[in-house]
Amino acid sequence: MNAPTTPPPVKTEFDVVGTTPIRKDGEEKVTGAALFGDDIHLPGMLHGAMLRSPHPHARIVSIDTSKAAALKGVRTVITGADMPTLSSTVVAAGEGGEVNMQDIADNCIARDKVFYDGHVVAAVAADNKHIAEAACALIEVEYELLEPVLNVHDAVAEGAPVLHEDYTPGAFLFPTQKALPNAGRLFMEHGDVDATFDACDHVVEREFTTKSVHQGYIEPHVTTAVWTGEDTLTIHTSTQGGFAIRDFMASFMNMPMSKIKVVPMEIGGGFGGKDVVYLDSLAAVMAKRTGRPVKIFMSRSEVLRGTGPSPETYIKVKIGCNNEGQLLAADLYLLFEAGAYPGGPIAPGTMCALTRYNIPNVRLDGYDVFLNKPKMKPYRAPGATQANFAAESAIADLAEMAGIDPIQFRLTNALKPGDMMPMGFPCPPLGSIEMLNAIKNHPHYTAPLEGENRGRGISYAFWFGAGLASCAEIRCNTDGTINLTTGSADLSGTRTTLGMQAAEELGVDNDLITTNVGDTDSVGYTFQSVGSRTTFATGIAVISACRKLVEEMKKRAAMEWEVEGSEVDYASGVFTLKSDSSKTLSFGEICGKADHTGGPLIADASEFPEGVGFQIAANIVDVEVDVETGKVDILRYSTLQDVGKAVHPDFVEGQMQGGTVQGIGWALNEEYFYDEKGTLRNPTLLDYRMPTSLDVPNIDCTILETPNPGHPYGVRGVGEVPIVPPPAAIRDAIKNAIGVSLNDLPMKPGNVLKAIWEQKGK
Amino acid sequence: MDGSADQNQVTIEVTVNGENRQTSIRSNLLLVDFLRYELGLTGTKEGCSVGVCGACSVLVDGKITTACLTLAAMTDGCEITTAEGLADQEQLLPIQQSFIDHGGFQCGICTSGQVIAARALLDQNPHPTEDEIKAWMMGNLCRCTGYYGIIRSIQNAAGE
Repeated sequence: MNAPTTPPPVKTEFDVVGTTPIRKDGEEKVTGAALFGDDIHLPGMLHGAMLRSPHPHARIVSIDTSKAAALKGVRTVITGADMPTLSSTVVAAGEGGEVNMQDIADNCIARDKVFYDGHVVAAVAADNKHIAEAACALIEVEYELLEPVLNVHDAVAEGAPVLHEDYTPGAFLFPTQKALPNAGRLFMEHGDVDATFDACDHVVEREFTTKSVHQGYIEPHVTTAVWTGEDTLTIHTSTQGGFAIRDFMASFMNMPMSKIKVVPMEIGGGFGGKDVVYLDSLAAVMAKRTGRPVKIFMSRSEVLRGTGPSPETYIKVKIGCNNEGQLLAADLYLLFEAGAYPGGPIAPGTMCALTRYNIPNVRLDGYDVFLNKPKMKPYRAPGATQANFAAESAIADLAEMAGIDPIQFRLTNALKPGDMMPMGFPCPPLGSIEMLNAIKNHPHYTAPLEGENRGRGISYAFWFGAGLASCAEIRCNTDGTINLTTGSADLSGTRTTLGMQAAEELGVDNDLITTNVGDTDSVGYTFQSVGSRTTFATGIAVISACRKLVEEMKKRAAMEWEVEGSEVDYASGVFTLKSDSSKTLSFGEICGKADHTGGPLIADASEFPEGVGFQIAANIVDVEVDVETGKVDILRYSTLQDVGKAVHPDFVEGQMQGGTVQGIGWALNEEYFYDEKGTLRNPTLLDYRMPTSLDVPNIDCTILETPNPGHPYGVRGVGEVPIVPPPAAIRDAIKNAIGVSLNDLPMKPGNVLKAIWEQKGK
Repeated sequence: MDGSADQNQVTIEVTVNGENRQTSIRSNLLLVDFLRYELGLTGTKEGCSVGVCGACSVLVDGKITTACLTLAAMTDGCEITTAEGLADQEQLLPIQQSFIDHGGFQCGICTSGQVIAARALLDQNPHPTEDEIKAWMMGNLCRCTGYYGIIRSIQNAAGE
């Protein structure tokens, strides 16, 4: 991670940014016209289905596909042996790490071994999906069962069954090092941690656990592959990143990137779970073998069994302070599931567990643990929610032990702009003190809360966010309208927020701009819509393209007036001759003259922003605990977030509310339930229970704006941090309500009752 | 089992979004697949396949129905309304416009079902309380909005 560079001052007066125009994809979404991944139907298209392993760990002895292949209507059956051999398996990832592409290919369809309940072992393409499913049931697989590894403690214990004889350590955000047979490690230490604990007046030691939760997007994974020539592949899919899918597929199929086109359809939710290949390689191979397009649509149980949830974790925290409440030392030991292959979110979890506080002596010891569960995937601020639950809960307990007001305790220790960060550079502008004071002065925080078994809790959270590559292309039409194309998938309304930034920069009516998500042939490489980066990073590319466009249009105006481009001013949609302000041409007039002044008006930009504005958020929550049943009801909920500059305040609130409710689900009831054999026992939405409209109150939103100097308008990423604070805030509220500490997620009735009985007796 | 053998055909006559359809279908065809793949009405989505998420909500004779749990053959003689059939002559219903105006969706995958469910609620209870909205809409999952954008959309549509 590079230190942010010093950028020019940000704009502070806006015409379009900060308003709330209606979204441009609104009508098609409320009429059912919008085309999502499963809404495409190509001539001659076949339908795919997969056979999945019922065993969490086994060697594949043999697969007999003959009966399936003989079924009428079946067009091809494939196994791992039919997949292309990768010419290059280990490729460079960011920050000096490496990614093993063979792991990701094997996660799509097993070769020699299956590593989790639900691992694909064969796939069928047939005339319809019923035939494909029937054919899967006819495939005979002989397995040699291996002892499964089902929790992080067993996985790191000496003598544990080894999943991979050799492995490339995971490198999500930051590389881990090869450490144990079943785990990579990220170790960071500064100061003298052990000696400092002896000097602390108060020390808290706690163990926390969290369960796997799924991103829970309502649209299952789906893809359609079609070969448009012997060596040209087109993929229509629902993804957070068309280019990511293209590049994975180029590796898996041994093809040039230029020969694969990924067409992003509307995407029905992603939250970090939809930017990797699961189905595309299977569909492409079966399409090649049959000469026909192949679509594969996962069932919900396949989504839950086979795609990446966020990992189960164990986190041990030791943290100490002096009598004045100054944090002196912290020691974190974190075991995060990676799942079947390396590369879970251990690094961001470890690195942002305590970043929001200044602590002079810190040891962080994180492990990316391989075991027989699906390969874990990012879920909205990956790793941060688990780490924040543990660290923030320990901080709350320490403040209580020291007898210091919880907000004052945090104010004493809060990371402020200019403070040296663990990554080795000073903290850029950050509204941390303003945020903590905003909690203190919030009408929710100052309101009385009365009643038995009721309590109020708070928490404070931090997340990095991402910059990375983005491209934008802007085209003017002769009628004065504008088409803006970017490579960023639109998960939640970013076509609107990107178009607004173009309208702001160009000084034109927002309605003139139509924004679309380009396929990978039609726009420059753009990293996935992840890391809260789209409105921020792709926004910078949009602004850059607009600035180039204005320079070009000034030249066109200058041609009309037979002067140099430097003789032309531009503001609010009007070009003016500097030497004679009576001479003006409107934006639309220049567009109309394009053919006579040098041809169509276009501009593009590629950017790789470094000035990521960190995200901080806080929660205030009131709960009531039914001590007879252990049920926790949320009475009132407030969330606060510093967004830099809210491009579309209503959309920002939507992110804050949606992320908070996901965090509430994580805190109170969502969990993967594996039995002792390693079988997922709740792979339906009946049993994997996400919050409904009945479960949550209105989430009151407070938007703070501390401009991020890394964006011309001060924008920070918004989407991820809202999910982080809820578990710690709700634990704090429960503790204040009934005097019982919940250290295990979810804080479901059973766990709450168990904690009451353990800590207060039956 | 022979996947191609179960071809027992039945003939049904239904009115879908005001248009009469008489058609021969497989007896085991689900309503969601009939609408999506036979009629091309892809606004109705399949999210969970067990009637929990509500993305496949349609109106069958005015009653909210999960199309993923309903055989198309069971709708013989019925009137079916999908998201595509709500708007009247290019004019969005107030509930549809309200979802656009009040943050009723982000990604939009559940929106067809949400709008159908909201329409069914307002048909029988034109001025629901917040608690009535929450109770009615609990059959339609949304993972993006946290629900209050949807509740606000329904409240505003009911107020018009």
